Amino acid sequence: MTETLFNIFVFPGFLFVAVFGLAAEYIDRKLYALMQNRIGPPWFQPLADFIKLAAKEDVVPRHADSFVFKLMPVIAMTSILTAFLYIPMWNSNALFAFKGDLVVVMYLLTVPTLTYFLGGWYSRSVYSMIGAARSLTQLFAYEIPLFISILAPAMLADTWSLSGMSQYFSAHPWAILFNLPGFAIAIVTLLGKLEKVPFDIPEAETEIVAGAFTEYSGRLLAMFRITIDMELVIGSSLLAAVYLPFGLNLPAGFAFVLYIAKVLFIIGLISLVRTIVARLRIDQMISFCWKVVAPLAFLQFLADLIIKGYIANV
Amino acid sequence: MPERDVKLTIGPQHPMLKEPESFLLTLRGEKITDMTVRLGYNHRGIEKACEQRTYIQSTYLVERVCGICSHSHSMCFVQTVEEIAGLQVPKRGLYIRTLVAELERIHSHLLWLGVAGHEIGFDTLLMYSWRDRELVMDILALISGNRVNYGMNTVGGVRRDITPDQIPQILTAVDALEERTKYYIQLASEEITLRERLSGVGKLSKEDAVHLGASGPTARASGVDRDTRRDDPYGAYGELLFDVITDNHCDVYGRTLVRLGELMQAYKLIRQILRSLPTGPIAVKAPRKIPAGQAISRYEAPRGEDVHYVKANGSDKPERVKLRAPTLANVQVVAHMLKDGYLADMPIVVAAIDPCFSCTDRAIATTNLDNGRTDTMAWPTLRTYGIEWYSKQGIDFAELNRKLRTMRESN
Repeated sequence: MTETLFNIFVFPGFLFVAVFGLAAEYIDRKLYALMQNRIGPPWFQPLADFIKLAAKEDVVPRHADSFVFKLMPVIAMTSILTAFLYIPMWNSNALFAFKGDLVVVMYLLTVPTLTYFLGGWYSRSVYSMIGAARSLTQLFAYEIPLFISILAPAMLADTWSLSGMSQYFSAHPWAILFNLPGFAIAIVTLLGKLEKVPFDIPEAETEIVAGAFTEYSGRLLAMFRITIDMELVIGSSLLAAVYLPFGLNLPAGFAFVLYIAKVLFIIGLISLVRTIVARLRIDQMISFCWKVVAPLAFLQFLADLIIKGYIANV
Repeated sequence: MPERDVKLTIGPQHPMLKEPESFLLTLRGEKITDMTVRLGYNHRGIEKACEQRTYIQSTYLVERVCGICSHSHSMCFVQTVEEIAGLQVPKRGLYIRTLVAELERIHSHLLWLGVAGHEIGFDTLLMYSWRDRELVMDILALISGNRVNYGMNTVGGVRRDITPDQIPQILTAVDALEERTKYYIQLASEEITLRERLSGVGKLSKEDAVHLGASGPTARASGVDRDTRRDDPYGAYGELLFDVITDNHCDVYGRTLVRLGELMQAYKLIRQILRSLPTGPIAVKAPRKIPAGQAISRYEAPRGEDVHYVKANGSDKPERVKLRAPTLANVQVVAHMLKDGYLADMPIVVAAIDPCFSCTDRAIATTNLDNGRTDTMAWPTLRTYGIEWYSKQGIDFAELNRKLRTMRESN
């Protein structure tokens, strides 16, 4: 019991993810700055931002629905932390695993976007409402390709459990090569999920200030901010577990370092993409996701289906 | 999105805007169906203030109309005064003025490029172009001692000479900037998201550009071949070779290309100026009192055509000064360009005219929130309002003025 609680709250649970999230934010910002020929923030900047925000007053707009407004950051954070428990990190076994946890993880990763929508919508500010509507519009565009791109390797591994997938690909490392296009698709759609350039449309600063978060301040905003940081880590961990499942049988210390390296690699890719492109418009984003990304994801799915049939016959 | 219309106010304080300005948008979904612009948040009364200052003092005041095209305004102003006084500025003076004008165009266009990048969420472009802009800012500081308000112009010529050892430094910076500008031109033609966001946005046909009186790069990007530097040469432009850049894209992408093209022309002009810099004095002595008369002067500022009108009455102070900043010519175009546009395009369409709202403000308009009645304030009303407002704060100007008078008399 104590060990489970330790696992959930300290390592590799809440505290670890929070610290790693802040570190990931720092690395993302620093890389972004270096690629833009800037110096970038000092290492403690994300933590300092968090402490400063947490010390500030919470302001709830007069017309906002106070209950939903205050509840949403909590739901966002808990759902993202719950998802983390089912993702295998440095070995093939997640903290908890059951048949079908893949679906649960995908579902739990969708919840934060819904909370941005609800939190923004119930703020009753025009900027928040437009941002909230954009969040939801964008959700429908990136979610399907992301699901398919994660389902394709799952089908190849013939399991609905992330730990099971991890075990299958550790045993058949070459099989992951077939999924490299899927990895690219997943990175693109993850940018949509994390609301980063070119898909930061829901919080486009120059148009709608901070989108759904415009009215948030103080602890509630701090909670949302750390949720976004954790989402970055957990999204990257999911991709690392699904697409980079090598070195999982190394001794625990090495495997842990390798896991961190994999996540940072994915974060580096995200920083690179957001350095070199401009923000798309919502209509461009949707047509890009449905006309380019989704068909590619289906192709990946189809390819995995054929490979699986071939393997079964051999 | 809800199908009913949503009213969205952008400004006077908003991350999109660098200066206070207000746009009231009516949105249906993401589409803009209607837009109202409110100017007048930053009226500073410079025209009126010029009437109480001598011509020399006014030159410095006029330079502060705009933080970016400061040289444009002061040069346009002194040109007008010189025309009234019949002063012949020495050639070297004209060349130095033109040199600073072109350096200013470079710094303004690089600044614009960065702002445009920021408005479409491409912050890398902002960081790159503003870093490169430092090169030209350093050169301006080298020539004039200042980064923004150069204080180069004076009635009758310029105040500082170019020394021979400055010339190689300027040329090195220009070479570096030319390399960078070539990179940006390549970027504009190759970067997909940038093109996607700029092409077809903020359409302005040639007919509309002429009809609505657009000027500067905004007009030239719609194929209007109009440039004061060539059509009505001033400074040293009559003796220099350069092309007027036009483009037929008629959208924000075209405006980007025109500005990048103008950067390349500016480098060409600077090299020509430094190669053929005439020798001789840089200024003639101007009389303190300018004879009665009036004149108008046109100047191709980085944002468009700047027009100054001065009426002299024979004293050392102008009787009337009237400026028309280029943004005033272009701001009407914005509403037209945004019609049926997307909310996401609004920042870049507004930024594409390279607006300078403070330069444009000529009046204070008040709206009574209780009954929605709008009102503009004339000078006497504004003065009375100011005196009353300060006396409510406990500051009595009548008393202060009396003290000032006694102090002057006792001296």
